[in-house]
Amino acid sequence: MAASFDLTDDSVVVIIGTGAGGGVLANELAQKGVRVVALEAGGRYLPEDYVNDEWESFGQLAWLDPRTTSGDWRVAKDFSGLPAWIVKAVGGTTTHWAGASLRFQAHEWKAATTYGAVEGANLLDWPIDAAEMEPWYDLAEKKLGVTRTNGIAGLPGNNNYLLFEKGAKALGYTEVHTGRMAINSAEYDGRSFCHQTGFCFQGCKWGAKWSAAYTDIPRGEATGNLEVRERAHAARILHDDAGKVTGVEYFDRDGTLQFQRARIVCVAGNSFESPRLLLNSASSMFPDGLANSSGQVGRNYMRHMTGSVYATFDKPVRMWRGTTMAGIISDEARHDPSRGFVGGYEMETLALGIPFMAAFLDPGAWGREFTTALDAYEYMAGMWLVGEDMPQESNRVTLNAEVKDQWGLPVANVHFDDHPNDIAMRNHAYRQGRAVYEAVGATRTFPTPPYPSTHNLGTNRMSERPEDGVVNRWGQSHDIANLFVSDGSQFTTGAAENPTLTIVALAIRQADHIAREMAAQTL
Amino acid sequence: MTTTADVRGMTRRQLLSRASAAGASLVVGAGFVAAPDAAWAYETAHLKPETFATLVRMARDIYPHDRIPDAHYVIAVKGHDSAEAAPAIEAGIAGLDAAAQARGFPGYLDTGWERDRVDILRGIEDSAFFQTIRGGLVTGLYNQKAVWPIFGYEGESYSQGGYIERGFNDIDWL
Repeated sequence: MAASFDLTDDSVVVIIGTGAGGGVLANELAQKGVRVVALEAGGRYLPEDYVNDEWESFGQLAWLDPRTTSGDWRVAKDFSGLPAWIVKAVGGTTTHWAGASLRFQAHEWKAATTYGAVEGANLLDWPIDAAEMEPWYDLAEKKLGVTRTNGIAGLPGNNNYLLFEKGAKALGYTEVHTGRMAINSAEYDGRSFCHQTGFCFQGCKWGAKWSAAYTDIPRGEATGNLEVRERAHAARILHDDAGKVTGVEYFDRDGTLQFQRARIVCVAGNSFESPRLLLNSASSMFPDGLANSSGQVGRNYMRHMTGSVYATFDKPVRMWRGTTMAGIISDEARHDPSRGFVGGYEMETLALGIPFMAAFLDPGAWGREFTTALDAYEYMAGMWLVGEDMPQESNRVTLNAEVKDQWGLPVANVHFDDHPNDIAMRNHAYRQGRAVYEAVGATRTFPTPPYPSTHNLGTNRMSERPEDGVVNRWGQSHDIANLFVSDGSQFTTGAAENPTLTIVALAIRQADHIAREMAAQTL
Repeated sequence: MTTTADVRGMTRRQLLSRASAAGASLVVGAGFVAAPDAAWAYETAHLKPETFATLVRMARDIYPHDRIPDAHYVIAVKGHDSAEAAPAIEAGIAGLDAAAQARGFPGYLDTGWERDRVDILRGIEDSAFFQTIRGGLVTGLYNQKAVWPIFGYEGESYSQGGYIERGFNDIDWL
């Protein structure tokens, strides 16, 4: 039975956002007996509500509130109001994610030490390491039911994968398989198995892909310790004269400003909304925004080095059939500066339907060079390239005072310039992607620029020293003891891997810490 | 006033007898644009029929798919035939015609070869008008379910149980 807490109840933990970070944290705390109010800006959609139609689903799930962009990234030109493809719904972007669940490599926790000085990069080691994270990754993999862990079989390969695998092996790649996926190869944890339906990005109608929307959220509610308030848009975090946060002002579903008191506030609105909220909460005591004594709130925005390679063949592929991203080559994920860049990247199968292929293959392109590619859609294969990008202080989320959202709040402006290391890595990845497909007879290959970002990281980064970042090793803000960050914005560096498993592992770990500190009355 | 119901089903001869102009593959009449065989007709609401016909031709030249019939390009651009959009569209098409005339053609619709029309479009591709039309087509054309089979795209499969028993791994030429 879902709980219902009074606005004046100052014993609750208030979590803002219910995705991979906030949704998991909410459930984990509720399971430990901690009482939680989760504020979710979006509505609640479950598998029966998901729509297997790309644009219709986008209208249903995507975060479409205004944002602005600047910088040299092509997204700022082609999708100027849409820097990210993320979700506004209970469960957040765990409805949309592809399910790829990879652990960081050990050296990626220590990027500054491993890579050394990189000009223009604001590299920093995480204050935690692989050994410390291992048990939390174990728990995260069990929660998500990740294939190729805990004896769970891998998914079967679809056409897009089989072609990708053959090309990879022809090139001599050896770390090639159908991925570590939070998509069931067989029934697991009460959820169905993958029916190879496609449309993983539009919400899994089978529930075969893990999403907080239909796992952690209802389980947390079933404890009686969790209340999820839908369509509740956090506006400001307030604090007292002692500098402790006291609760969260939010606009409820009717547009009325409410104030929920809190013992602890955890921010998990993703790497745009989390820093935006901290900045919008500026006060006379904290004129630069909450938790911002370092000046790092909003800075070091990372979005992964991404790109795609599509290729056409003289025979049909029908890449859209089956799991969207169950295929990986990990050989290039290593750190090997002899390639001309630091860090590494993964190559992962990817398919888009014709509506999104038209929008994303080469945004802005027209004419027969473009349309002949789409004419070959049935003969096309695709992969996504995802690697570690460099944190840069100037890549940042700021408030745009000129543009207000529907609540009258300044929107986030997202500024991003590629670092030379990002460009060198992307060019290498494009070449290797092309080589994979040419090894199996591609007649034409296409380097596709990054899409609006789904991996948004680093704008409230974790640091050992308060002057280097926003939160400590627990995601607790350096400045305010009862204010936490619980999403991907706490990433110190991005690593090459898809981030969700790490966000989940950090959330489980943070819940353990918060519950322990609350019990000890130290929070 | 001619209605689309009047036009549809006419013989080509009847249709042409009602036409004021016949440029490219489109027949333009009083208040309507139609296929030469009257397979479809579109009654304009706010745009001049000649303007709408030019817009359809332009749409195909931007995203040419030889196996997609004109009717789908009509559907893709008809959102511009509104009271709100019409003034800018009329002005934009007038500019397009002027660009064609500057290259010695009577107008865009009467520029007979695709290569010449594409050259004209290249000259205006940075304009707000061109980008409005192009941007609208990305969803207006490719999000029509009726064109998906032309690309071989099958759309949703959930209602059929996915592809797990229907060819998700049926590639046979590797």
